[in-house]
Amino acid sequence: MEPLAVAVNDLVKRYGMTAAADGLSFEARSGEVTALLGPNGAGKTTTVEICEGYRRADSGSVRVLGRDPRDPALKTRIGVMLQSGGVPTNARAGEFLRLIASFYATPLDPAALLDRLGLTASARTSYRRLSGGQQQRLALAAAVVGRPELVFLDEPTAGLDPQARHATWELVEDLKAAGVAVILTTHHMDEAERLADEVVIVDHGRVIASGPPSSLTGAERQLRFRARPGLGLDELLSALPPATIAKESPAGHYVIEGDLVPELLATVTAWCASNGVMTEDLRIERRTLEDVFLELTGRELRS
Amino acid sequence: MTDLTFSPSPGAAPRSRMVRAQTAYELRTLLRNGEQLLLILIIPVALLILFSSAPLLDVGAGRRVDFLTPGVLALAVMSTAFTGQAIGTGFERRYGVLKRLGATPLPRSGLIIAKTLTVLAVEVLQALVICVVAAALGWSPHGNPATVILLLLLGTAAFSGFGLLMAGTLRAEATLAAANLVYILLLALGGVVFPLTKFSGGVRSVLELLPISALADGLRQVLQHGAGFPARDLVILAVWAVLGLALAARFFSWE
Repeated sequence: MEPLAVAVNDLVKRYGMTAAADGLSFEARSGEVTALLGPNGAGKTTTVEICEGYRRADSGSVRVLGRDPRDPALKTRIGVMLQSGGVPTNARAGEFLRLIASFYATPLDPAALLDRLGLTASARTSYRRLSGGQQQRLALAAAVVGRPELVFLDEPTAGLDPQARHATWELVEDLKAAGVAVILTTHHMDEAERLADEVVIVDHGRVIASGPPSSLTGAERQLRFRARPGLGLDELLSALPPATIAKESPAGHYVIEGDLVPELLATVTAWCASNGVMTEDLRIERRTLEDVFLELTGRELRS
Repeated sequence: MTDLTFSPSPGAAPRSRMVRAQTAYELRTLLRNGEQLLLILIIPVALLILFSSAPLLDVGAGRRVDFLTPGVLALAVMSTAFTGQAIGTGFERRYGVLKRLGATPLPRSGLIIAKTLTVLAVEVLQALVICVVAAALGWSPHGNPATVILLLLLGTAAFSGFGLLMAGTLRAEATLAAANLVYILLLALGGVVFPLTKFSGGVRSVLELLPISALADGLRQVLQHGAGFPARDLVILAVWAVLGLALAARFFSWE
């Protein structure tokens, strides 16, 4: 059987008193997109940089394409996009991509790749004069030009405008279709939901949930609203059908799960009216990863 | 839309091709950098022309251009191998370029070789320009070219070692400031444009141990006076070279 693209088991990495990775485990497969999702400081970059061979783990095991991540033989097989920088400021976009391509035996055509990412007109522009989005796309191009088996993308769409984000997403989907294993970090829920086969939610250096987006969010619809904390949910539940569940998590955020028929919505709003409760963000929808994260941590992801 | 296939096809290019590509890239970016050109070419040539044509400094007996050209060659080596390399590499480290290249098949040794080849190629260019300008000013060199090349290579090794040590240990801004300061100090105190005989005995014997003084003096002994083998200067340069390269190898941090 083909080895896993990445297998991380009980990874620990400390910087002084803080643990950037604190017993973190996950797996990634070829032909799949694995998203490490979490707030800034959750330990995503540390984990990815250990997989890339930049840092050593304090303990735990990390295998990349079946090898030790610091094995030099991996350098031809993985592509890396750092969270920022990595390109000389005076290098021209096309010149830099051709340089990186020249390190590989059978690279992609740099000109075609620039074209694909909408950078042809900027090919002769120096890196420092590119917009933030163009810089990100050039770094992405450099990560894939060597035709790797495994690509690490650290926040590939941070700071991108919607159009550039979609160009990046389409490239990631093409990589996946070609059988490449893609590991990306993000704090955009929609990005993880759209792209990932497997989402690994990371917080404080630990995996707090993982699985395909649909299994994390569930298929059932929910009624969600915000209101003042501490509403008497038992009283509300007594007015609802027996199988209905209502919970407050975190404080002030209410979720009602059950058979979401129009009468249920009417009952809830009537109950709110008779109790003088003003709701906000009242909506009926499937759970999003945003909701999952909020319920698991009690915090907003991008706070 | 061009047809691109992303199907994996990993493999490194031959090492020689990687080093060639990196060297060509480094040379190209360096030669279109105005500040670097000022440092490595314009200042040395301007000093040569200025002090050769006008009796602004007392350079001792003999023709001024014969005294100045070896000193300016030494300055050119220092500006490329030390100052330029320290600043360029320091900012590459700061911007994560060294880190990013570390994730490619180009090995670190290949990157160092490419940087060294770049320095040597620039020095050939500098020497050509300086020799042509000096010849136009009436320069008449003596001595064995092989000894001159040996001196230049040892000087390059010494200055590269300390340039990379600085780039690999200090913050980029500190490297920028320190490399420029060292350049100016050594230009003034290293016997580049006026002889160390201007200093009193005690100070002078210390200044003679500087790599720039040893290089300038060694070149001057050969090119101006036709000496065969300036052993003392070669030994001083060799010691600096071993020291600088060993310290750089030990303390250089890539991130």
